[in-house]
Amino acid sequence: MALTTYVEAIRQGIWEEMEADERVFILGEDVGIYGGAFKVTEGMLERFGELRVIDTPISESAIVGAAIGAALMGMRPIAEMQFIDFISCAFDQITNFAAKNRYRWGAGVPIVIRGPSGGGVHGGPFHSQNPEMYFVHTPGLKVVAPATAHDAKGLIKAAIRDEDPVIYLEHKYLYRRIKEELPKEDYVVPIGRAATRREGRDLTILTYGAMLYPSLEAAETLSREQGIETEVIDLRSLLPLDKDALLTSARKTGKVLVVHEDTRTGGIAGEIAAIVNEEVFDYLDGPVLRVTAPDTPVPYSPPLEEFFLPNKDKILAAARRLAAY
Amino acid sequence: MARPVSAVPKPAGTKRAETGAATEGRLAPGDAALLTMLHYMKLTRALEYRIERNLYRQGKIVGGVYVGRGQEAISVGAAMHIRRGGDESHDDIVSPSHRDMAVFLMQGFTPALVLAQYMGRRTGPTRGRDGNMHMGDLRHRLVAFISHLGDSIPVAAGTALTFRMHGTDQASFCFFGEGAASRGDWHEGINFAAVMKLPVIFICNNNQYAYSTPVSRQMAVRHLSERAPGYGIPGETADGNDVLEVYDAVGRAVARARRGEGPTLLEFVTFRMTGHSAHDDAGYVPKALFAEWERKDPIRRFEKDLLGRRLVDAAALRGMEARIEAELDEAVAWAEAQPYPEPRECLVGVYHE
Repeated sequence: MALTTYVEAIRQGIWEEMEADERVFILGEDVGIYGGAFKVTEGMLERFGELRVIDTPISESAIVGAAIGAALMGMRPIAEMQFIDFISCAFDQITNFAAKNRYRWGAGVPIVIRGPSGGGVHGGPFHSQNPEMYFVHTPGLKVVAPATAHDAKGLIKAAIRDEDPVIYLEHKYLYRRIKEELPKEDYVVPIGRAATRREGRDLTILTYGAMLYPSLEAAETLSREQGIETEVIDLRSLLPLDKDALLTSARKTGKVLVVHEDTRTGGIAGEIAAIVNEEVFDYLDGPVLRVTAPDTPVPYSPPLEEFFLPNKDKILAAARRLAAY
Repeated sequence: MARPVSAVPKPAGTKRAETGAATEGRLAPGDAALLTMLHYMKLTRALEYRIERNLYRQGKIVGGVYVGRGQEAISVGAAMHIRRGGDESHDDIVSPSHRDMAVFLMQGFTPALVLAQYMGRRTGPTRGRDGNMHMGDLRHRLVAFISHLGDSIPVAAGTALTFRMHGTDQASFCFFGEGAASRGDWHEGINFAAVMKLPVIFICNNNQYAYSTPVSRQMAVRHLSERAPGYGIPGETADGNDVLEVYDAVGRAVARARRGEGPTLLEFVTFRMTGHSAHDDAGYVPKALFAEWERKDPIRRFEKDLLGRRLVDAAALRGMEARIEAELDEAVAWAEAQPYPEPRECLVGVYHE
């Protein structure tokens, strides 16, 4: 059976939802004739026509604003940010219009805003960012970040069907590096539910997106070299956060390490540390530790970017420190 | 949600493919429509008087109050063209700004409902979550405004995009002030609508002040409509204190939109006869300007016109005013009797439940 890449899984998910529901359409820069900068929308213009696959001016705020307007009229728009870094241009529409609309006057805004995030491809400061926490801090939004092809497809479908605005962060490093066999039948991955990727009794690693893979590698090394069994949990959804899953694992292992590619201050690791402290402090055998990018922009030059990104060795060092408690 | 029934006549709106009769090349409303327009201008003025001069000063409205005194002709003249009374594939959609009270009233919000909103009551359109003109209801085809001026422009374009996708001749009405036209969203939204030829009527009330900032510090063009050619769309500036001129200009823009000819940028010149909000005494506005624009008051001007046409007489005007005041007495009493939300309702309704 053929393996499906992460990027193809996103494309399939959108395609199937567009086939199934004529309210679903996509708009963004170069999504039509060109098929998207990363080819997520390839072939869609030919299949669905220019009223459902809309090439727009370079106007992220108008892209999101128009998606909001269409959603209010009963549509299910998917707004593509060519690189997720550009989502900052639409910040106001997302955080003030879309996020608050239902709470203010009861009119839901079922839109998906998606785009390639993350580093590791030498994209430099404006093509590598992880903007999740701007939005995780905004009540009314949902934020998801799939790490596998299975979840990429299942979460984009769940996001499109959701009644609220969803920020869907796809990791560009994973686009063509990750592939797997996908179920033939229609499925969704529910928003707000984490997945345990590796069972363990000694230590918990909570992570998401591209950082799942170095976390799993570190867990294997810890097991092989020291007999430390690490539980690795893929959060998948940052807002809402699957508190049950992370607290259950924290109670079980008593040691929690959070790993994310986002920068340190205000990253989700801090929030998770607070939740763990508030809820399961009595179960802890050590401090909640974090492995994150430093508080700098994402640098371009390979040695700088390598220094910036978390990796297996940095995770191993932190895990060993925590295991020693 | 319990709602008091309005005693006021509903504006008829325009039927499909009918935008009014042309007289000497100008769209002119019929007699009944003229009286409806006068009614809503006076109702708006009287309701906002209660809000700003009575209830706010009595401490019964705790938040910001922004009124459109002196600008009533723009919302009324424009809203006469909003198509209503049908289903989702027939009715137009409207995004009013914070000085467009008449639009809410003409779309079917009662004064009582508006007052419940201002007073933060549970039965208001936002159930106490938001205040003043930040209200909407899709059943009334009203999209709620947000304080970030200009955000409504791309949103209105998106509603119109849907009409285009569905192949209907519906139109989207988008109101804003000249200050909002300095926002990037305004540019993005107008350009987006222009490029896609979307059926939007962009309606600017240029009231010459954005808070304390005069229009000369807001834009370097004499008229906002001069920007229209830069977007490749028609633009027009008209007298915003002449409700018939507004009616005519908007009517023609709506007809263009329904014919699939794209958006129009309309600028209506008027004057903000108040401060930015109820707490602002507008000391920065030269007194002579207030005096000058007081003489151009859109309601007195329209009354004079209708008296001249013998459509009304002094007694009829007094009767209209008395009915409005009676309705407002009732509306205030109803709103004051409405419950506040329960504190814990703060937590409800952020997401679909």
